[in-house]
Amino acid sequence: MATPIPERETISVPPDGRPLDQQPAWRQDFPIDWPQDSYIERRDFVKFLTLTSLAFAVGQLWIAGKSWLRSRELPAGAKRIASTADLSVGASLVFDYPAPHDSCILVRLAEAEYVAFSQKCTHLSCAVIARPDQGVFHCPCHEGSFELRTGRVIAGPPPRPLPRIRLQFEGDEIFATGVEGGMV
Amino acid sequence: MPKRTFTREQRTPIVQGMLVFVLILVMLQLWLLTATMNAYLGGDDRVVWPAALASIACFTLNAGLVAYLRRLD
Repeated sequence: MATPIPERETISVPPDGRPLDQQPAWRQDFPIDWPQDSYIERRDFVKFLTLTSLAFAVGQLWIAGKSWLRSRELPAGAKRIASTADLSVGASLVFDYPAPHDSCILVRLAEAEYVAFSQKCTHLSCAVIARPDQGVFHCPCHEGSFELRTGRVIAGPPPRPLPRIRLQFEGDEIFATGVEGGMV
Repeated sequence: MPKRTFTREQRTPIVQGMLVFVLILVMLQLWLLTATMNAYLGGDDRVVWPAALASIACFTLNAGLVAYLRRLD
């Protein structure tokens, strides 16, 4: 009488490939179906990755929602910062704009040249320091540097330029009238 | 008991191929998320909605593949 051939679907293949009767006793008692195990592992990993994919899609929607809310915000109004007499050439002044905790920095570069930027470094939001003698805003946390006139990154880890504050002059008074590029 | 369309030996390469495809889509989504966040924080809102739609499309594809995978079992 011929030995019955097991169905292919029920064959258990030990990892070393030897037949089951040459395997240790524990494996003979509790044979593991390795191909099935491998199939289930991959199938479960696909399911896990799909959950990750859902999380990324939700994250994208969250950014889109924040963007929509930002687009509905009213533009920041004008706010008086200082008088031209308050600032000598090369000096800087810290002020809050547009919200009370949005720290910004105004620098007088020349007799009639002023620039203002958000003071938050675009890397990890440390406060940048104006160094007009070197022509830079310096971030002491991670040695980031931004150009004083334009706010663009010239050294270090910051990924984006500093958001610029629009200025308007009325007589001797300096007003902040808006933010270019959005606050971090 | 309904007859299975594929044997186990056939299903394993199918799930492996599916895994590679899903992995590529998830990596694309990760790149989209970081690039969109960078653009959003830099004040550029133009890419936000197209990127969100692309990411949702990737997820829909992945979900479709998982639905197919469930039918395989």
